[in-house]
Amino acid sequence: MTTPTSTVSAQAPSTTSLAAAPDPGRIARRRRLAQWGFVAPAVVFMLLFFGYPLVRNVVMSFQDYTPKTFFTGEAPFNGADNWSHVFQDALFGKALWHTLVFTAGSLLGQFCIGLALAVFFSRRFPLNGVLRSLILLPWLVPMVVSGIVWRRILDQDTGVLNSFLDTLGIGGHTPWLTSPEMALLSVVLVNIWIGIPFNMVILYGGLQEIPKELHEAAALDGASAWRTFRSVTLPMLKPVVTVVLVLGFMSTVKILDLILALTDGGPADATQTLGTLTYQNSFVQLDFGAGAVVGNVLILISAVFAVFYLRANRTEGK
Amino acid sequence: MSKRFTSLALTAHPPAATRRGRGRSRRVLAPFTAVSVLVAGAALAGCGQQRDADTYTVMNSSTDESYHRWDAEAMARCGKELGVTIEQQSVPAAQVMTKALRMASSKSLPDIVQFDASEMPTFADAGGLVDLRTLGLSTDDIPDGIVDFGSYKGTYYGAARSVNTLALFYNKDVLDKAGVRVPTTWAELRETAKKLTRGKQYGLALSAGGAEDGVFQFTPFMWSNGGDETDLDGPKVVEALDYWKGLLKDGSLSKSTVNWTQADVNDQFMAGNAAMMVNGPWQVETLNGDKSLHWGIAPIPVPRTGEDSVGPLGGAVLTVPNTGDEAREKTAGKIVACLASEKEQLTYALNSWMVPANAKAAAVWREKVPELDSLADQVAVARSRTAKLGAGWSSVSLALQSAFQSALTGQSSETALKRAQQRATSGN
Repeated sequence: MTTPTSTVSAQAPSTTSLAAAPDPGRIARRRRLAQWGFVAPAVVFMLLFFGYPLVRNVVMSFQDYTPKTFFTGEAPFNGADNWSHVFQDALFGKALWHTLVFTAGSLLGQFCIGLALAVFFSRRFPLNGVLRSLILLPWLVPMVVSGIVWRRILDQDTGVLNSFLDTLGIGGHTPWLTSPEMALLSVVLVNIWIGIPFNMVILYGGLQEIPKELHEAAALDGASAWRTFRSVTLPMLKPVVTVVLVLGFMSTVKILDLILALTDGGPADATQTLGTLTYQNSFVQLDFGAGAVVGNVLILISAVFAVFYLRANRTEGK
Repeated sequence: MSKRFTSLALTAHPPAATRRGRGRSRRVLAPFTAVSVLVAGAALAGCGQQRDADTYTVMNSSTDESYHRWDAEAMARCGKELGVTIEQQSVPAAQVMTKALRMASSKSLPDIVQFDASEMPTFADAGGLVDLRTLGLSTDDIPDGIVDFGSYKGTYYGAARSVNTLALFYNKDVLDKAGVRVPTTWAELRETAKKLTRGKQYGLALSAGGAEDGVFQFTPFMWSNGGDETDLDGPKVVEALDYWKGLLKDGSLSKSTVNWTQADVNDQFMAGNAAMMVNGPWQVETLNGDKSLHWGIAPIPVPRTGEDSVGPLGGAVLTVPNTGDEAREKTAGKIVACLASEKEQLTYALNSWMVPANAKAAAVWREKVPELDSLADQVAVARSRTAKLGAGWSSVSLALQSAFQSALTGQSSETALKRAQQRATSGN
């Protein structure tokens, strides 16, 4: 694909040098200009929509940024006040812990179930396609809608889930969202439900890429199904697994909408995460400096994992 | 990879394509320039918004169809009277403040903003509002409590059209069948709620959700008992929270109370899952939608017989933001005066079931809606949440939410409120 395009665009300098008097400096300059021309839109976009907000957010975390700032444009620097303020808040530690539990729990559940379903659907059987597209539904429903629907399903007295459990005679009065001990678990369960399709689709795609011959060879060697899965499927799937987990991590760690719709961070702050804390600081208390601090911590966590992602990709490229 | 191909091409290709090649690089660059210009142009256009001289904008949170329509009608009437066009811009209630702040920084504030009264002090404190008295608005017929409701540090910034508060709604049929009277004291409420709890039906529903809704609902219990938002761990507040815990322990309240908004509470009441509920007049429109439901309304019970039931004053106020354009601000003041006039207040209040802020309008309203009479009495003694704390209310509110949720899910009221007081004073 790249061959013809690069050939055409590259003709210019070489031919110029032959037609007009050769001027290597000019050729190189023009070539570089064209190269920059290609890169420029991406660079401008990144600077404008990623670089600027990022820098702004970091700067803001060192400023006394209040509603007054919007009128005067002045946000005096206050050193590390915002940072110490946030770190001393008992809620921050709680939120950090909840975020970790939420992310780890969600990823584990989503991935395992997603992988199991992907393996299941890579066999041939009737209605495979229909069922597979039905499983995508949670992905298509807006997060807030899922949140509101699940809030009703999980209601302690009138929820469908408890009514169902009641008819089975087990745990008909489970306080899914109303007990501080249960709420985080319930939120994780809902998020697993939401994340399964994404994991399944990508892993399913990965499974299709594995040559059938490998499985046949393994079968000829007398490997059991489990052994084939462990020694052939999983290693071959590794690059895809990395992508799924890292992308999953980055979309899970910043969770906000689902929790706002399900529990609003409650009861008794049992489901406060870094996402909800940022929201609360910035948009309820209007303490934008403190909100920026929590936001930065989130960015930092994501950045660490982005590095892992890039490294994994690079080794794969070689 | 592609780099290698490029260098190959450089050396290997014949000279024939000179013109084409040069033309290409220009052709490639041209669209980039065009795109950059477009982007820059769009960005600049966003900043320099032109204002039409005779068009005035009101930003409010009337995103519900009926409210939006009532407001549009009122604005059309006032626009006609004043010879201007009034445009309505409605955004979700939770976004009014942040949107207004963003508009302030881009110098594109609307001419009038309708804030929830509990948010107004924050905007006023930032220097964003114009004193309505300097724009010629009078407060003559408005009760002192409601003037305070629209004031911050003694300056009158917000004109309320209507106000609301909380009351006890009850299902007449259920109470009649059980042969109980409407409770007036805490002890009676507790007993009645217990009596009415049977099967799937809880005696009482209220919202203790983790947002302003829950705090709004806690205030009548806190205030009627003599508690105060400046002293969250004071014995009176602890007592009020213990009372809530008692209702929950009796089984008269659903455990889901901590997860309910006021709208959820209304749903539960309408579905027959609760015999009584604490809620506000904005639910009346929905309640009346169910003809088979016979409901009544009473003041929220008080700790001891004969005491005043002090509820929270709720509602929105019309404000004129500080745009620096005095001529426009003057006209905006006239629009606010018209929208909050006795006549418009009455129309709005009758539509929305809220109590008019103006005393004369309220008197007429009482005659027209006798079933909500007790609400008008409650409003007269109701208290504004921000009267004492101003812009500091949001910190206290967050601390209080966390406290009553902790207490309702197991912690002792005292411990929970002690931590809330610490959190509120440290600003965390």
